[in-house]
Amino acid sequence: MTFKTILLATAAVLSAAVLPHAANADTSGKKIALSNNYAGNSWRQAMLTSWDKVTKPAVAAKKVAAADAFTTAENQATEQAAQIQNMILQGYDAIVLNAASPTALNGAVKAACDAGIIVVSFDGIVNEPCAWRIAVNFKEMGRSQVEYLSKRLPQGGNLLEIRGLAGVFVDDEISAGIHEGVKQFPQFKIVGSVHGDWAQDVAQRAVAGVLPSLPDVAAVVTQGGDGYGAAQAFEAAKRKTPIIVMGNREDELQWWKKQKDANAYETMSVSIAPGVSTLAFWVAQQILDGKQVKKDLTVPFLRIDQANLEDNLKSTQKGGVANVEYSQADAEKVIADAK
Amino acid sequence: MKIKISADHIRLLIPLVSLAVLLVAVFWLQPRAMSYLGLNLLFNLAVPIALATIAQMLVIAVNDLDLSIGTFVSFAACVTAVYMPSTPLLGIFILAVAIAAYAFMGMIIHLRDLPSIVVTLGMSFVWGGLAVLILPSPGGQAPVWLRSMMTAQTPIIPFAIVASLVIGIVAHLIVMKSTLGVAIRGVGGNARSVSRAGWSVLRIKVAAYALSGFFSVLAGMALVGLTTSADANIALRYTLLSIAGVILGGGEFVGGRVSPIGAVVGALTLTLAGSFLSFLRISPDWQIGAQGAVLIVVLGLRLIFSRREA
Repeated sequence: MTFKTILLATAAVLSAAVLPHAANADTSGKKIALSNNYAGNSWRQAMLTSWDKVTKPAVAAKKVAAADAFTTAENQATEQAAQIQNMILQGYDAIVLNAASPTALNGAVKAACDAGIIVVSFDGIVNEPCAWRIAVNFKEMGRSQVEYLSKRLPQGGNLLEIRGLAGVFVDDEISAGIHEGVKQFPQFKIVGSVHGDWAQDVAQRAVAGVLPSLPDVAAVVTQGGDGYGAAQAFEAAKRKTPIIVMGNREDELQWWKKQKDANAYETMSVSIAPGVSTLAFWVAQQILDGKQVKKDLTVPFLRIDQANLEDNLKSTQKGGVANVEYSQADAEKVIADAK
Repeated sequence: MKIKISADHIRLLIPLVSLAVLLVAVFWLQPRAMSYLGLNLLFNLAVPIALATIAQMLVIAVNDLDLSIGTFVSFAACVTAVYMPSTPLLGIFILAVAIAAYAFMGMIIHLRDLPSIVVTLGMSFVWGGLAVLILPSPGGQAPVWLRSMMTAQTPIIPFAIVASLVIGIVAHLIVMKSTLGVAIRGVGGNARSVSRAGWSVLRIKVAAYALSGFFSVLAGMALVGLTTSADANIALRYTLLSIAGVILGGGEFVGGRVSPIGAVVGALTLTLAGSFLSFLRISPDWQIGAQGAVLIVVLGLRLIFSRREA
């Protein structure tokens, strides 16, 4: 058996060496692996489901030879480093990576690059220069909320800011974006700021605690996973419901839909789609195809507006997050935009 | 003609056989692994684990258990990545103080007769906190000499194998051949008779903990050499891996019965078991269970053989 495998491997190497290369590199023989560090929440589960949904047809259509997903059991950097080193041995041509640590995998990532493997990191990105990064522009996510509000409330007003988990990089970035937006549209004033930890129950408690001390609030800027809790707090305090920016969670969209049907309530919702894994997949495929791709790319947000609320709600699982899978064309557009 | 095999030989034989069986299975699944590069990729992350396992073994040898190894190795890794490249003297000083703290911990445990599990569990939060203080967000850099040492291209035999052999032999000399090593194992076996023989059990325990701290520091440095930078949570798994490695390698929780070479082999086996399961494409939901199953099989084998012995 071993002998046969070696024979086959030798034959494969020989044929690859002898056959002339096609002008446009063909990726139908290329193998892509997904190295994922954690699968324990709804966002990650949706991410893995999206990966399956997009890569299975891609493999069937011979776009690539394989797109296998691996998740480490314990969400530890050393374990994921070993996983990446195993992938090098398994002969993958590209590794799509959601990393447990931005730095602790650098040795393994470098080893993969040295072996000629394309490494594309997303969401949890790595800072090893030889890898590609598909990062989220959290700052812009915060700023765009204030920009939206400036259109809805041209005369401005008081804002309540709900922040995420203190000390986490994402929280600092989104909040910095919101404050940048307020500087850009000075008719708005942040009158209160609480930590909602991206959880509806925490957000509800925090908002309920601060509400009595606040003047009239025109709008609430959020980070996702906290909009529904904020709405509940306003309702319980019998105060007028302000414009609450949502974060694509199913319970938030449900609440919005109910308000929309009842009294034409209008807002918007923005977050990162877990399907970003499929964007990383197509970017890896494009790099294998020989395309010139910049090392740092930015993920587009998934924004839901009044008009497409129903469609998004329909495709969102109960208790889940609104999602979108990306296509090869989307990846080409992201790559072109970065140039 | 009867070949007499002592209990100590069997103790070492089972881990070696398990490692060989796993290695053959991995080669069969993934022939690419059967190369210089392949062996290095399979085993290089086992080098810091082997060092941490030796550290754990020294504590187990005196009948204690160290639950702070994972965070201590993370702490050592952070110190190495933050201070070693720019101010190596300060880095060495901090690490030396940390080793002294380890020795002090051994002293407290012995003098106050405290359960080591409780003390080391408490210390694990201290080390974890210090690691975050030194390196609040992942980063730092491996010193150049360390990086080039850990990625050295040794002739014929890959570096990971050479390093494992060196670690095993050095630990063997310290624990099995030196006077101090005999004393350490003696404390684990029968502390009272050691003290009646005129030894200071306190000094021996302090020495065991200091040595353990030293090997943990080496583990942290080796890890940074491999990963190129650090993270305050980088080595949390090492606590359980090191305990499993010692036991897998033929050690026992009580009685000073430990085997340094076996511990290194145990660390290699654990690392290899992970790769084996990954090559088998076992779903991650089952992987922890499967890793446990590998452990149980090996320990079960040991039980069967030691029964036969008796």
